[in-house]
Amino acid sequence: MNTLYVTTQGAYLSKEGETVLVSVEGVKRLQIPVHTLGGIVCFGRVMCSPYLMGFCAENQIGMSFLTEYGRFLARVQGPVSGNVLLRREQYRRADASEFSIAITRFILTGKICNARSVLQRALRDHSDKISHQEVEQAVTTLGNALKRIESINNLDELRGVEGETARSYFNVFDQLITHQKDDFYFRGRNRRPPLDNVNCMLSFLYTLLLHDVRSALEVVGLDPAVGFLHRDRPGRPGLALDMMEEFRAFLADRLVLSLINLGQVKAKGFTKAETRAVMMSDDTRKEVIVAYQKRKQDEILHPFIGEKVAIGILFHIQALLLARYLRGDLDGYPPFIWR
Amino acid sequence: MMVLVSYDVATTDEGGQRRLRRVAKMCKNYGQRVQYSVFECLVDPAQWTLLRNKLEKEIDPEKDSLRYYFLGANWQKRVEHVGAKPTFDQEGPLII
Repeated sequence: MNTLYVTTQGAYLSKEGETVLVSVEGVKRLQIPVHTLGGIVCFGRVMCSPYLMGFCAENQIGMSFLTEYGRFLARVQGPVSGNVLLRREQYRRADASEFSIAITRFILTGKICNARSVLQRALRDHSDKISHQEVEQAVTTLGNALKRIESINNLDELRGVEGETARSYFNVFDQLITHQKDDFYFRGRNRRPPLDNVNCMLSFLYTLLLHDVRSALEVVGLDPAVGFLHRDRPGRPGLALDMMEEFRAFLADRLVLSLINLGQVKAKGFTKAETRAVMMSDDTRKEVIVAYQKRKQDEILHPFIGEKVAIGILFHIQALLLARYLRGDLDGYPPFIWR
Repeated sequence: MMVLVSYDVATTDEGGQRRLRRVAKMCKNYGQRVQYSVFECLVDPAQWTLLRNKLEKEIDPEKDSLRYYFLGANWQKRVEHVGAKPTFDQEGPLII
């Protein structure tokens, strides 16, 4: 399922028959049958007709509105749909601490495993360019954390482990940047606004990822707002953030690294505002979107269902597996683990 | 899979204009217009059955004709475009 990204300012999206019509200043630019789309993401000053919004809601096409620079603004949601029983079960489990702990443990296992694989892969591929000791140290820390979470029965402690692992992972992240080191460096995660080129790309990709994960959850009828690791907070898509954890390192972080290391992005594609906030130029943003979309089309062997699937479909598979676990059809939630 | 649908609808007789309009609209809902009465439709087998059914109900088999060319999943290799009105790849990145 493809995603339509509209970055042209002043574009107008409307519904014609069963197609999405994109026009700019009254001139038709694209007309595409709605069934080929899985989502629409609008950047900045893009207008949509209410009928298109309704139609997308009906056909389970996620619609997100972001600022020109990729900060999330709003999402369009149609009438409540999906399975009430499933959603109720989700709420019940979110309220019961033992279940929340179990699900959080599954999610963290996925997250830490995948972060560790990213580091291990770097050790293997670029052993000559990175400081072994530090990265190996981080790999060990993550490995130990994996063993530790098995026996933790407290949500806050689990979150503590998550924080620790994230810290040791991001501590060595800069090592994985092997080219253009003067322009692209990582001195820790910062956001709202991102203060360097790397954080700028990371934040942007996380937003794109969140849109996709969230749509997948809605398609299977789960409530993206009620999470387990991320607790309820108004306006925060807790469950979508939970499910994103297993994909961050594997999809977004790795993409940032390859964009930099292969020279697909350059320092001149970024600008710094007076507030020290770093922004991408239009061309760079397009480059990042194209890379992300291409990556989603790559096929990968899913370790749990044992089938070859496109990476873009992974979100839907994971959402389905989570729904099955909540329904009691599975004894556990198998997170996506990259090998 | 990709199916190329082309049609010829007799517009001279009564109701011809109406049939032509409706056939075009159906094709538009499922695919991309590449020439006046030629559409490239990216569909799965279920969607194709639906579209085909709708089209065949609409036309007058005495006067109109429909032709389908099945290009399969590896259709990219089988299509070339020369000249005006370039098309877009429905499966590629869609950025406007």
